[in-house]
Amino acid sequence: MKKLLLAGTATVALAGAASAQDVKLGIILGFTGPLESITPSMAAGAELAVNEVNAAGTLLDGAQVTVVRADSTCVDAAAATAAAERLVTSDKVQGIMGADCSGVTGAVLQNVARPNGVVMISPSATSPALSEAEDDGLFFRTAPSDARQGEVIAEILQERGMGSVAITYTNNDYGKGLADSIQAAFEKAGGTVTISAAHEDGKADYSAEVAALAAAGGDMLVVAGYVDQGGKGVIQGALDTGAFETFFLPDGMYGDSLVQAIGSSLDGSFGTVPGTDSEGATKILDMAKEAGFDGTSSYVGESYDAASLILLAMQAAGSSAPADYKAKIEEVANAPGEKIYPGDLAKAIELLKAGTDIDYVGATSVELIGPGESAGSFREYTVKDGQFVTDRFR
Amino acid sequence: MDILNALVAFLNFVFVPGLAYGAQLALGALGVTLIYGILRFSNFAHGDTMAFGTMVTILGTWGLQAAGVSAGPLPTALLALPLGIAVTAALVLGTDRAVYRFYRRQKAAPTILVIVSLGVMFVMNGIVRFIIGVEEIGFTDGERFLITAGDFRNMTGLSEGLAIRTTQAITVVTAVIVVAALFWFLNRTRTGKSMRAFSDNEDLALLSGINPERVVAVTWILAAALATTAGVLYGLDKSFKAFTYFQLLLPIFASAIVGGLGSPIGAIAGGFVIAFSEVTVTYAWKKVATYLLPDALAPDGLVQLMSTDYKFAVSFAILIIVLLFMPTGLFKGKSV
Repeated sequence: MKKLLLAGTATVALAGAASAQDVKLGIILGFTGPLESITPSMAAGAELAVNEVNAAGTLLDGAQVTVVRADSTCVDAAAATAAAERLVTSDKVQGIMGADCSGVTGAVLQNVARPNGVVMISPSATSPALSEAEDDGLFFRTAPSDARQGEVIAEILQERGMGSVAITYTNNDYGKGLADSIQAAFEKAGGTVTISAAHEDGKADYSAEVAALAAAGGDMLVVAGYVDQGGKGVIQGALDTGAFETFFLPDGMYGDSLVQAIGSSLDGSFGTVPGTDSEGATKILDMAKEAGFDGTSSYVGESYDAASLILLAMQAAGSSAPADYKAKIEEVANAPGEKIYPGDLAKAIELLKAGTDIDYVGATSVELIGPGESAGSFREYTVKDGQFVTDRFR
Repeated sequence: MDILNALVAFLNFVFVPGLAYGAQLALGALGVTLIYGILRFSNFAHGDTMAFGTMVTILGTWGLQAAGVSAGPLPTALLALPLGIAVTAALVLGTDRAVYRFYRRQKAAPTILVIVSLGVMFVMNGIVRFIIGVEEIGFTDGERFLITAGDFRNMTGLSEGLAIRTTQAITVVTAVIVVAALFWFLNRTRTGKSMRAFSDNEDLALLSGINPERVVAVTWILAAALATTAGVLYGLDKSFKAFTYFQLLLPIFASAIVGGLGSPIGAIAGGFVIAFSEVTVTYAWKKVATYLLPDALAPDGLVQLMSTDYKFAVSFAILIIVLLFMPTGLFKGKSV
């Protein structure tokens, strides 16, 4: 009996080993919650990379990549941790593309990724605090830190002749981090911030916030919030009461739903969103169009890049174990080497197999700096006739 | 010294928004207070009843718009409102028949009924999301403003603007009409009187031959009408989102309790107390003070008592103070 059991276990173990070829990639994004309108496109972006690798069929000598989606909720750290825990312990993913919002990303990193030693690449967590987080070399991001976005925003405000601004931010890690970095950079450049006040998302009424912002005044209002949430409510209130006419819209406020909701009053407002004019950016748009989703939605390119980096690093290390490939991510992402754009993943795998060094450029000109985060390039846009018109890249 | 500008700034940013928000809260709190007074439990499903009623009204509005019907400068949703009320009344009567009646017959404790209503809340929550989705929906049409800030400035030559949205005016007018009708009904009609009798003393009311099922049914219909009206007015003024309606429950209960649960007058007063306390205590008086004071005394800071982060703390502090010193609320409702 004992022998039979042993034999049985051995067979099962063998069977397990045989299918371990296949790679599982977790995608944890806020499919419900404040970012629910942009996350489907982000997940689709990551799955573009996965499908591309699967179509080539050459990763790690013929491994197929399966995707497991999980919901980070964007705001509920406990729910995100539970979802990530399930990805790692029950679905046994070998890498995580996510999470999206900074707060839940930090929670998943500390509670799940580090204890289990799983690599995480976030496409959109931009809080400066994550630069200093302990990560055991497991955490990367293809989105730049907000400290960088703050500097860029201050520069744009100066160039457009804004002497004083009021800032309102969503009361979480992302909003507070971005508001602080804008204020620091703008004041350093000689501007005045009349007020920096938080707003809560999903609340019934924003009259009090609008009233305080209006009393403080300023040339324009910087809204470091979310497009589906309080950010929209504050803008609507400020427009209705005539408190402000132009708004600065950072990445979280970039979305078609805002223009649809507010209408023509938004014309003349401007903002930034991570983006680049590199060859990769147009390629991803075409690929997204072919796959039937909107490639101009926020963080689609970053998501594609995050998933690609995980898969290419696996190939570079010749293993899908996070401990083996985590050191390879920066190597794959950065120069020197042959430049890799979206759609070139099959070529990249061949190059890596041949032992050639690659420089993954991807959709967003990925260059990992400091503690493994993208240096970032931003697209400056203005709202004209209900359209987001690109002014320049910086 | 510029009293007019100061006054307009105050009206524009504090009074008008506060008045509209207060009227929405008051209508919501009236429904809660009616249920509490007559059925004797706190109905947690009220926020989602509002969401359901608004949802039906939105569907009706879309139907009317598709048929080319409009109310001119007024939002089309007002025409669809009776449909919303009728369907919502049918839903809550059905819920009462299927769920609450069982517990009423058992003479269940109020705490049990509260938990039951929590369950009903989750079901309604789900129904609304299934039918209309989780996204934000704007369904306001017609004229958006009675007067815009820019027009007001041009008209009066003042440097401050005063904006009044059509929806804010409609909200206040409708609230006045609804409240007047409700008080007339409760004080002048036979059914209204029997409801008050039932609320005062259930056993005595039964002895005098009042039919309890009829009183309960009328209460639910009134609550449905109030909830739908409050929900539609709120949705017209801001926008419809299932999640926000669920969140509205908190200020609505605060209003009802501050005013005194079971007291209709109290519900109205409570609504305005909560709405204005949220806006005024956290208001930055800099602009108003700059207009009123001589230049030399004009403030550099914001003159803000506390940051807007604390606006909910303010309404709940008021709630606690009222309960400490007047446990039955401002207008002598039933003690909680």
